[in-house]
Amino acid sequence: MQNSPDPALPLLEVRGISKSFGAVRALQEVDFTLRAGEIHALLGENGAGKSTLIKVVTGVFPRDAGIVRIGGEEVAPRSAKAALAAGIATVYQEVNLLPNLSVAQNLFLDRQPMRFGIVREGEMRRRAKALLAEFGLDIDVAAPLSSYSVAVQHVTAIARAVDLSARVLILDEPTASLDRHEVEILFGIMRQLAKRGIGIVFVSHFLDQVYEISDRITVLRNGRLVGERETASLPRLELIRLMLGRELAETTSARASVGEHKVREICASFENYGKAGYVAPFNLELRHGEVVGLAGLLGSGRTETARLVFGAERADGGKARVEGAPVRLQSPRDGVRHGFGYCPEERKTDGIVAELTVRENIVLALQAKRGLHRPLSRREQDELARRYVKMLDIRPPDPERPVGLLSGGNQQKVLLARWLATSPRLLVLDEPTRGIDVGAHAEIIRLIRELCDDGLSLLVISSELDEIVTYSDRVVVLRDRAHIEELAGEAIDVGNILAAIAADSVAVALEAHT
Amino acid sequence: MTALLPRRGLAQILALIVILAVDRVVSPQFFDLRLQDGRLFGSLIDVLNRGTPVALLSLGMVLVIATRGIDLSVGAVMAICGAIAASLADTHSLAVVLAAALGAGLICGLWNGFLVAVLGMQPIVATLILMVAGRGIAQLITEGRIVTFSSPDLVWLGNGSVLGLPVPVVIALGMLILTGAVVRGSALGLLIEATGGNARASELAGVGTRAMILSVYVWCGVCAALAGVIAAADIMGADANNAGLWLELDAILAVVIGGTSLFGGRFSLVLAVLGALIIQTMNTGILLSGYPPEFNLLVKAVVVLTVLLLQSPKLTGFAGIAARLRRTKP
Repeated sequence: MQNSPDPALPLLEVRGISKSFGAVRALQEVDFTLRAGEIHALLGENGAGKSTLIKVVTGVFPRDAGIVRIGGEEVAPRSAKAALAAGIATVYQEVNLLPNLSVAQNLFLDRQPMRFGIVREGEMRRRAKALLAEFGLDIDVAAPLSSYSVAVQHVTAIARAVDLSARVLILDEPTASLDRHEVEILFGIMRQLAKRGIGIVFVSHFLDQVYEISDRITVLRNGRLVGERETASLPRLELIRLMLGRELAETTSARASVGEHKVREICASFENYGKAGYVAPFNLELRHGEVVGLAGLLGSGRTETARLVFGAERADGGKARVEGAPVRLQSPRDGVRHGFGYCPEERKTDGIVAELTVRENIVLALQAKRGLHRPLSRREQDELARRYVKMLDIRPPDPERPVGLLSGGNQQKVLLARWLATSPRLLVLDEPTRGIDVGAHAEIIRLIRELCDDGLSLLVISSELDEIVTYSDRVVVLRDRAHIEELAGEAIDVGNILAAIAADSVAVALEAHT
Repeated sequence: MTALLPRRGLAQILALIVILAVDRVVSPQFFDLRLQDGRLFGSLIDVLNRGTPVALLSLGMVLVIATRGIDLSVGAVMAICGAIAASLADTHSLAVVLAAALGAGLICGLWNGFLVAVLGMQPIVATLILMVAGRGIAQLITEGRIVTFSSPDLVWLGNGSVLGLPVPVVIALGMLILTGAVVRGSALGLLIEATGGNARASELAGVGTRAMILSVYVWCGVCAALAGVIAAADIMGADANNAGLWLELDAILAVVIGGTSLFGGRFSLVLAVLGALIIQTMNTGILLSGYPPEFNLLVKAVVVLTVLLLQSPKLTGFAGIAARLRRTKP
């Protein structure tokens, strides 16, 4: 056992961690190394495996394979509490403290100073005050935690973790709801803690902040480790390439297949369309028989654009037109009425109705569109279900099976079928290939092309740049909740998209986040 | 219409048979029926007749619960509508009496639906408001007294007979068929199940989830109004303090015994009514057995537990799906 504070010895060593959820492999032999006194950014797109890795390391999820060492000593925590005892503390974006208790009570929850079985309130407050003073915070510790800003709540959570002798501090998106000033304070505290020898894992999708604070960066993609670099020697473009793309060379050839279509008619157009604090006003034209890709990092405004276009979110300015006629998109019902369809990113919470059958899930949108008084007869329902189960090769081919029992890829196909049954003119697909296995992945992409050839207009979001490049006729690049560039024809390649995303934007980013 | 009688009713039917058999043991005349003045009499008819209010309530409640809601106010709505019917019975025609009572139930339902669907309140809290206030309203209507009436029309509604069957039983049967026709004959059933199964997803699929939720509370209010009128007609008077007292709990119990999950989604009208009959068969059996009524509650609890255990393979089946869904979420 080596417990000496040898700086060369990693503080936290994760080796060969694997974790599967059913058929989906969330983590595959991931390594991660955290040194004492280091601020280490853990990056990756949604679904890359960041939170799974954190949850496996802290014992929230059991792991399938791999080992975790702290200070050279192997640990296998079975719960977050056990992880804390082993020296790993996690502070999540939504602070997991008790907002109705006082700051002092939160700090000393479960270990209040007692005398004769009675909590010594005075003593507790004195110690809480002293503890927070170390973090440069001078507040009334008797006030309920909820009366303070999220920043103070974060600092309280960190103070509690550090006071519980955490050696490894994991901060999951700590800056997501902080303003610029609060971020500065938090970073000050992080640097101070690092100086004390605590290792900090910083999960964030604000790349500017990553470059500002971190010493080292580990990037995950699709559950695999893609690289560990020193921040100072990793150019931003290279980092984004690690997060999003594979090798640049292999993707350029695939584009040849995108055929030349006749003059395409405009299906829907959006002019100065936007919503304050959600996504900046944008212009977007969607044509029949055309795939428009939305590319950008997590939080860049891709999903927000999709929801505005479909009507799931109300715009506060701008005009929308369908086939040239002005329309109002106030609700999903409006979107459906105008022939739009939307497959959301969160299939399970926003897409399928798990308990209902494949048949019922498929007919749902069409039935909603037709209205209550014009029910689809059971024969029509069976016919629709049979047709789409066959057309999309949904497995198992049993229309009466609850859709919750299907695999992710097949659930995605059921959602596609739901919208195809409404004979839409525009389909919005948010991450249609997320979390599904390789075979289904290729099939979905083939389907996208086929639908497009049938004259459908498609708006597709994907974090897989080479995928977007493969099927898009045009690509809109987003950054910081604004559309910043539109690429068409020959200009569409991974390199150009990356360059657009990575263009130095510190000033813009700061403005957008404050 | 196949969904009206799903295969999954086996546990409930079995439970009903067992309870009937036990009733036969404690009361040998339990299955005896006799025809007198063109009307059937006997314990079985008694069960049907006494079970009518809860059966009517469960018809509305099952739809509310299918949307992942709950309506605690139905007992109070019964009291309000019973009071209205009793106050008007001797001065107005039956049509006016019924229209006023059912209209009041509809307004109560709209109120609940408004709180839940439009203001987004939690159903249990939203309907608690009317549960408490409703008794007060009913007492204001009766001015704190027990209002009695002698209108033969309304009395007939509670005590008359049609084709040998008590009128309340015929009304309940009619409501079951009507509700079934409306819910399964239109797309309402599917859209309600979708709303209860996953409201967010249904909303995004273009389902008018607010309208769905509003309409089930309205229907629940109308069913409760009818139950209130029948309860008043039965005793030829309205007792604002006791009419429908605690019946909301029996209605919820009936729905749960009928296999509809409190988490919303799939529902069955027939099984909910069967659940109401199971509860009433137990009540009647215990009364006939001569055991002190204190036993009633205990026996009820045991039987409910048994029915739920009988359903448990299905429950664990869905628990399995839920667990899988949770696990696959990264």
